Amino acid sequence: MKQSNKTNLLLLFLAIVIIITPLLLKKDSEFEGADGQAEGVIEEINPEYEPWMEPLWEPPSGEIESLLFSLQVAIGAGAIGYILGTFKERKKLANNR
Amino acid sequence: MKKKKYLSLMVFSLLLFTPSIGHGMHIMEGFLPSKWAIFWAILSLPFLIVGLKKVNKVLKADTNKKVLLGLAGGFVFVLSALKIPSVTGSCSHPTGVGLGAILFGPTTMTVLGIVVLLFQALLLAHGGLTTLGANVFSMAVVGPLVSYGIYKLLKKENKNNSIAVFLSSALGNLMTYVITAIQLSLAFPDSVGGFTASLGKFLTVFAVTQIPLAIVEGIITVIVMNLLLEYKAEGVVDLETIQ
Repeated sequence: MKQSNKTNLLLLFLAIVIIITPLLLKKDSEFEGADGQAEGVIEEINPEYEPWMEPLWEPPSGEIESLLFSLQVAIGAGAIGYILGTFKERKKLANNR
Repeated sequence: MKKKKYLSLMVFSLLLFTPSIGHGMHIMEGFLPSKWAIFWAILSLPFLIVGLKKVNKVLKADTNKKVLLGLAGGFVFVLSALKIPSVTGSCSHPTGVGLGAILFGPTTMTVLGIVVLLFQALLLAHGGLTTLGANVFSMAVVGPLVSYGIYKLLKKENKNNSIAVFLSSALGNLMTYVITAIQLSLAFPDSVGGFTASLGKFLTVFAVTQIPLAIVEGIITVIVMNLLLEYKAEGVVDLETIQ
């Protein structure tokens, strides 16, 4: 394997370790969103504050929400994969010439 | 008796079907008083205008640049949708704007950032339209500016490219959430300790959670940059990095 590929794999592994560690360290945490906690802080500082606008539309369930989040990732990952794929193919074509 | 049963059934189903609050890391819809909402929107506007001009130029340029812009946009889409657990026991997500800021400069990322923030505000109830200006300012103005500035500075000092990429994307990510904490503290100063006391509270929620995620974002940005530099060395892509 090329040295650069090795470095990238090692970096990827490191990223995965950093992501998994909290799950192992804090087993009984709920891992809710940080914005939900921020809402709690706002309530604590200013209990009278009422949000003056509601979202126009909310995903009806957690499932639909994750569907839309996956859609967002799919769009992005599709673009990245396609583009890196073209680079790879260009390289092949250039080498064959 | 029947009525009571009916009522408890109603309450139960309400509890069951009420959607949980959209968990996101952006400031939620309606959570900034209107004067602040307007203030941040006005502050972001010039960056958006310059950015739109820049993006227009890129779209008229050769395919190479357009393709790289697509890559930077895809990167923001992926990273800002991945909610990652952190040592504080809560979740947050990276921003992904560092890569594009290094490749294209900060204002281009203001445009790409708005696209993502609108997607999340309209489809995911994540962030919001009234708080769009504030969220754009933190994630799509300051974040990219910090990334761009740090990258340029470190390159000038002739630092290793990977280290420059890592630090600029990680710190750009972190600064986004520091700005979010500042924005919330300005709008909600503590009744006793004022702005600074609030800032401490919001920083604990946002910035501390964000530290491991900033490191993850830095690492992933380095990987993509490594791939791009390899293709550049092979002559298949032209990287006009801001060196």
